[in-house]
Amino acid sequence: MAPGLLWLTVLMIVPCLLIFVLIFFERGTYGGIDWSVATLGNFTRAFDPLYLSILLDSARIALTATIIALLIDYPAAYAIMKAPERWQTSLLFLAILPFWTNYLIRTYAWIVLLNPVGVINNVLTYVGAISQPLPLLYNEFAVILGLVYNYTPFVILAIYSALQRLDPSYAEASRDLGATAVTTFFKITLPLTAAGVSAGAVFVFVLSIGNFITPDLLGGGKMQMIGNLIYDQFLTARDWPFGATLSGLLIALMMIALLMQAVASGRARGDHHA
Amino acid sequence: MPRLLKAHLGVTFAFLYIPIAVLIVLSFNRAGMPTAWSGFSVEWYGKLASNPKILASAWNSVIVATISATIATVLGTLLALGVERARPSPARDALLFAPMIVPDIVLAIALLSFFTLLKFTLGLHSIILAHVVFNIAFVCAVVRARLKGFDWSLTEVSRDLGAGHFVTFRKITLPLILPSVIAAALLAFTLSIDEFIIAYFTAGAGQASTTLPMQIYSMIRFGVTPEINAMASIVMAISFALVLLAQRLNHGRIPGA
Repeated sequence: MAPGLLWLTVLMIVPCLLIFVLIFFERGTYGGIDWSVATLGNFTRAFDPLYLSILLDSARIALTATIIALLIDYPAAYAIMKAPERWQTSLLFLAILPFWTNYLIRTYAWIVLLNPVGVINNVLTYVGAISQPLPLLYNEFAVILGLVYNYTPFVILAIYSALQRLDPSYAEASRDLGATAVTTFFKITLPLTAAGVSAGAVFVFVLSIGNFITPDLLGGGKMQMIGNLIYDQFLTARDWPFGATLSGLLIALMMIALLMQAVASGRARGDHHA
Repeated sequence: MPRLLKAHLGVTFAFLYIPIAVLIVLSFNRAGMPTAWSGFSVEWYGKLASNPKILASAWNSVIVATISATIATVLGTLLALGVERARPSPARDALLFAPMIVPDIVLAIALLSFFTLLKFTLGLHSIILAHVVFNIAFVCAVVRARLKGFDWSLTEVSRDLGAGHFVTFRKITLPLILPSVIAAALLAFTLSIDEFIIAYFTAGAGQASTTLPMQIYSMIRFGVTPEINAMASIVMAISFALVLLAQRLNHGRIPGA
């Protein structure tokens, strides 16, 4: 047990703590870190309206992607659960499989589909639906689409696991007592699977808000999200302490999301026993 | 309602697989124009095989993925065995869960800062060190899932009959969990060979430690080409094959379990 825990401590916990140390220093003249003076300047800079608006934009985009993903993936997971038993494993596997392919390639596939001379615009022009190519790529729409696409397999898995753990006798009892299928779903099934839903939601939100590849490739450089900003601070501006500060903010947001999820699933469990 | 659900599932699967299918179809497109069909050809696959940059980066990725998956499988399996028998600890569970939820970009810059501070030379070895982090957590999770239904009395019997810890592990525990361990190793290999951001930050400068995803990224930034379509199809085919194999292994029934 010890070597594994040691590896995680030295190569994950210590480096992440180092980020919180870097926040209090300034960038050196040639990049790197100037350890001579401690400062709070990075904090005040991070709350500059320019950076704050990027942070809020990232949160808004991540939240939109999360909501759309849940709306698509809950019914999909529910459909898999309702499928004949012998099909369920295969359907679930089919839903998860894309998650195991290269993220860059999955994102690139959407460039092929969405670009001005891409597959979708070509088809629409061919059938005469449009005369000018639609601006599908390099905007917020494309970024949200990319995020939803990439995280859909995981959300389906999270919700399916929650649905499967649910004792079907609850829904049966509700139906026996005269509730309609729709009422049963909203009063029984949905609340009792809230933990799975919130786990899936937190996953999409956290990975979306810190995403770098999707805004970079599908937003076409016009879209700045906090992940891109951190990237720029480290590899372009070479201001590591400020990049670390932004990462610290990202970790803080992530913690808040996880805490909310813990509270939400705790409450769901509480209702269940009440 | 059920019919509507079925239709929704069908549309969701179309959403998941159409982009992938389009990519594969276009990789066999003859013309240089990557998005309009003009006849069947495999010339782009041939072009790939003679591109030294792509071959070198693919080889680097295989090295990184093989070594990191091997280290992570050994450490992750030992970790899973230890954790399942130890008293539950929320702090330890959080530590094991963290690599899956920490955004890649955060771990990437954290490791870059850490290595730089220690004046550690970057290269393939630093990518390997970094990849083992998320792979350990992953292997541990897969093996722990298998151990949930594990009958520990089997190891007690072996110990009572006089076998030592090592013999018990080799003769009893390992054979029983082996399919899951191999599945976890295959999945770790897949995760590592596809990982981009952490590798990008911990690779250091220069072409020598460029991995395949880094090569793909720089090609994608130049635009859509049939060559990328061909490479993407190969990479996806390999991932699909590995995951399919892992899935079979993890579901295969094992005598005695």
